[in-house]
Amino acid sequence: MDIKAYIILALTLFSIGIIGVLVRRNAIIIFMCVELMLNAVNLLLVAFSKMHAMSNFTKASPDFASDAQIFVFFIMVVAAAEVSVGLAIIVMMYRNVHTVDVNFLNRLKN
Amino acid sequence: MNLTSIIFLLLSLMAVGSSLMMISSKSPVHSVLWLIVVFFAISGHYILLNAQFLAIVNIIVYAGAIMVLFLFVVMLMNLNAETEPIKNYRLQLVGIVAGGTLLLIIIYAVMKIDVENLVEMKVGDAGLIKNLGMNLFKNYVLPFEISSVLFLSAMIGAVVIGKKDELSK
Repeated sequence: MDIKAYIILALTLFSIGIIGVLVRRNAIIIFMCVELMLNAVNLLLVAFSKMHAMSNFTKASPDFASDAQIFVFFIMVVAAAEVSVGLAIIVMMYRNVHTVDVNFLNRLKN
Repeated sequence: MNLTSIIFLLLSLMAVGSSLMMISSKSPVHSVLWLIVVFFAISGHYILLNAQFLAIVNIIVYAGAIMVLFLFVVMLMNLNAETEPIKNYRLQLVGIVAGGTLLLIIIYAVMKIDVENLVEMKVGDAGLIKNLGMNLFKNYVLPFEISSVLFLSAMIGAVVIGKKDELSK
């Protein structure tokens, strides 16, 4: 499979995530779109790692090929921590303003 | 067209279609369920790339833990299609045009470059658990240990943020 197919797929998913962030007003769905963007980047990173595994450069040392997948693993770790804190912030916001509409937070006062 | 290309196309269509359904469905619960379908499609892509460890971790962590947390919060707040805030139609159109333009421009730029590199499908041992584990515990031990501190701080942070504020009473 050509690497361009993976680049275009990841770009499409990333752009759908961006459109979701711009279009929706529900804070939870915006957060989910951010997760989708993270996953698109993860997919591209794994595809590049497998592209790298085919080149002669990494034949000598197999560790190089799996470096990108280690990075994806760490991105997942950070995403899990980020989701727990982010959802706590959204629950806090819901408790204060009784809505998840992000437009209610467009001013710092009150 | 061989079997690998057909599976790739099917998984890609599944991922893109489900993510479009995710941002377009009115009810937040449906959005969460469509996002789980997207994560399963991406896990299928990982399996197709022979990155088995990441496929399993993606299902366990994303589709399992994180999306259940999202679903839990959505149901805790009792959100449904009626409570959904509706954005101005014109602003929605602006968002779609902006995102679509970005997509078109980058796809055009990608088509212009002449990379003919192929991706290794179905074979290769870079994504096997043994090699990943050896690499993780040989070269990346320090980030691995630091991530435990990150988890501890995230846990404490979530508890502190979610706690009821007693000073305001």
